[in-house]
Amino acid sequence: MTEPKLTKDELDAFGEELDAVRRRILDDLGEEDAAYICNVVKTQRGLEVAGRALFYLPPAWPLAVAALSVSKILDNMEIGHNVMHGQYDWMGDPALSSRMYEWDNVCPSEQWKYSHNYIHHTYTNILGKDRDIGYGILRMDEDQPWHPYYLGNPLYAFLLMVFFEWGVAMHDLEVENIVAGRRKMSENKALHAGIMRKVKRQALKDYVLFPAFTGPLFPLTLAGNATANLVRNIWAFNIIFCGHFPAGVATFSQEECEDETRGQWYYRQLLGSANITGGKLFHVLTGNLSHQIEHHLFPDLPARRYPEIAAEIRDICERYGLPYHTGPLHRQLGSVARKICRMALPGRPRGQEHVVAEPVAA
Amino acid sequence: MNRILRSRALAALTSPHGVDRYLEQLNPMWAAHEVRARIVSVHREVDVPGHPPVATVTLQPTSTWAGHRAGQHVQVGVEVDGARRTTRVFSISSPESGPGDRFTITVRANPGGVVSRYLVERAAAGTMVHLSQARGEFVLPARVPEHVLMISGGSGITPLMSMLRTLQRRTHRGRITFLHYAQSPDHQIFAAELDEVGRSGHGIDVHLLHPELGDPNLSPAYLERLVPGYREVPTWACGPAPMIEAVRATYDGSDALRVEYFRPPRVRAGAEGGDVVFERSGRTVAGSGAPLLEQAEAAGLTPESGCRMGICLSCTTRKTEGTVRNVLTGVESSLPDEDIQICVNAPVGDCVVDL
Repeated sequence: MTEPKLTKDELDAFGEELDAVRRRILDDLGEEDAAYICNVVKTQRGLEVAGRALFYLPPAWPLAVAALSVSKILDNMEIGHNVMHGQYDWMGDPALSSRMYEWDNVCPSEQWKYSHNYIHHTYTNILGKDRDIGYGILRMDEDQPWHPYYLGNPLYAFLLMVFFEWGVAMHDLEVENIVAGRRKMSENKALHAGIMRKVKRQALKDYVLFPAFTGPLFPLTLAGNATANLVRNIWAFNIIFCGHFPAGVATFSQEECEDETRGQWYYRQLLGSANITGGKLFHVLTGNLSHQIEHHLFPDLPARRYPEIAAEIRDICERYGLPYHTGPLHRQLGSVARKICRMALPGRPRGQEHVVAEPVAA
Repeated sequence: MNRILRSRALAALTSPHGVDRYLEQLNPMWAAHEVRARIVSVHREVDVPGHPPVATVTLQPTSTWAGHRAGQHVQVGVEVDGARRTTRVFSISSPESGPGDRFTITVRANPGGVVSRYLVERAAAGTMVHLSQARGEFVLPARVPEHVLMISGGSGITPLMSMLRTLQRRTHRGRITFLHYAQSPDHQIFAAELDEVGRSGHGIDVHLLHPELGDPNLSPAYLERLVPGYREVPTWACGPAPMIEAVRATYDGSDALRVEYFRPPRVRAGAEGGDVVFERSGRTVAGSGAPLLEQAEAAGLTPESGCRMGICLSCTTRKTEGTVRNVLTGVESSLPDEDIQICVNAPVGDCVVDL
């Protein structure tokens, strides 16, 4: 591994500094954070209603699709993803509680919380444990053994992007493990039932009821709703892939992560994530996942706080000589796309990749 | 209108969030399922220097409020302490209400009570609060017996006041004996109204007693003198636990007695060691100071868990009583009925969790 090594004492000190940041923000949570998320919810509901209503006005179709797309993006990212992390549980509001929230997405929140909050956030970037590395269908790391199947890597990635919410919903079924004989079909029975319930509700709303309510405009509304779902899929896929797969982001072996201390856990989260630079509106539309590093260090702090602490985290990283991966969207996307294509072919020896890596964007 | 709001079609269209998540954005008083209320007024009942003040809060509920029976209570959630919603239960003090009707709760501002202090000291007309439907089995029957005895102590007067007011409104023709214990006349809630009721007669005897000032304590002899054959008279009693124990002893197991008491705290806060009660499995263990998840597993339970480091929320469990300390942040929290991550919260003193 070419990642900078810290001594045990350094790792402990590093962990303590990050814990201090976390404590400071926790102590400061209050009305402003509550007002912020309530405002985002209000905006999302407003855009959703506006989008649904504008379908009655055929010339406004693009506007309707735009409003509904942004509504779905806000619902899934700045609200859904973050609320399900428990970022607003301290408010005691059942409508913003990680235990109650259900998002506008075919993946049932219960399953998402297991695969994302627990598996992905606990075992981030550990090969063989973090199923978000390639989602069981892509090769995203040299240490994943190559197989001719991966020649289709770019195609699979494209399909995953287009059908992202379906991919996320199927993620928990661990189909790749069933194919490999490590998981039995019967283990999926309850999960499958949960997914089907949610799929039915989502499909009924977007592909039957709302189109039907617009009468003769049925096909237009149907197409509009499908487009909004597609836009959300493409956006979410791209933002999420920029979070862990740009060049330079590290992966870890299971042996490396045995008996991890808190400092080591922070270290892995930092090296395994990458940020995207951009404006305020951009950050909101990514659900502040543009601050993937801060999110992975503190998944349960309200996401609006990430930009606020980013400079401090970067400063801490510099003092410990640790890379802080960040860059503009186009560069991170290009880097991810190159990796998807490169991984389609048999691997190069590990290490070489780090030569072309862009460590800290100065 | 409510039928449309609660229709399956609207539920399907607003899935997964539900109708209420949209209605509340338009007007907080609009709801299809949830119950909320706007505070109409806050009226100080008692304000003795050096003692917690008491106030009656008048609430205008949403049309979803199903009404209440005299004697029932309601959960009230308010946003306090930097937008943190905190919920407590209060008895309803106004006479029985119908769907969507205004009602009142009468609240003593307990020194440690976040919600009660907010309602009495800070809440203003226009503030929204979150409600449950009315609950509780401590109620008047549909057919009220000829003679009714009501015994209350301190704030325990509220549900009985609702019953008394209800009987008055129904122009009950029978006899009512209303017995209330308070520290001193200065502390008397509803003093003017009770005085009026007592003097106007109409079969209602009001006895306000202040044992600290020399009035007789509750005893079989005293009750027998007041209401001969009281053990056969349908009785409703509400007050602090020690008083209810005394009433129970006085009634000697008679099923004419119905009681409600303020639940005494089962926990010693802050004590070293302390017991951990796993409520659902009915097990109690001596606390080891370790996070609750470890203690539960050591006790042979298998609670759901995930990361074991406070990030994934898989282990979130309801703590009903006691104080816990977050081992990551050192922050202690003593709120009753609180959802906590048991992998990173260790009990401080006695603690009751729903496991």
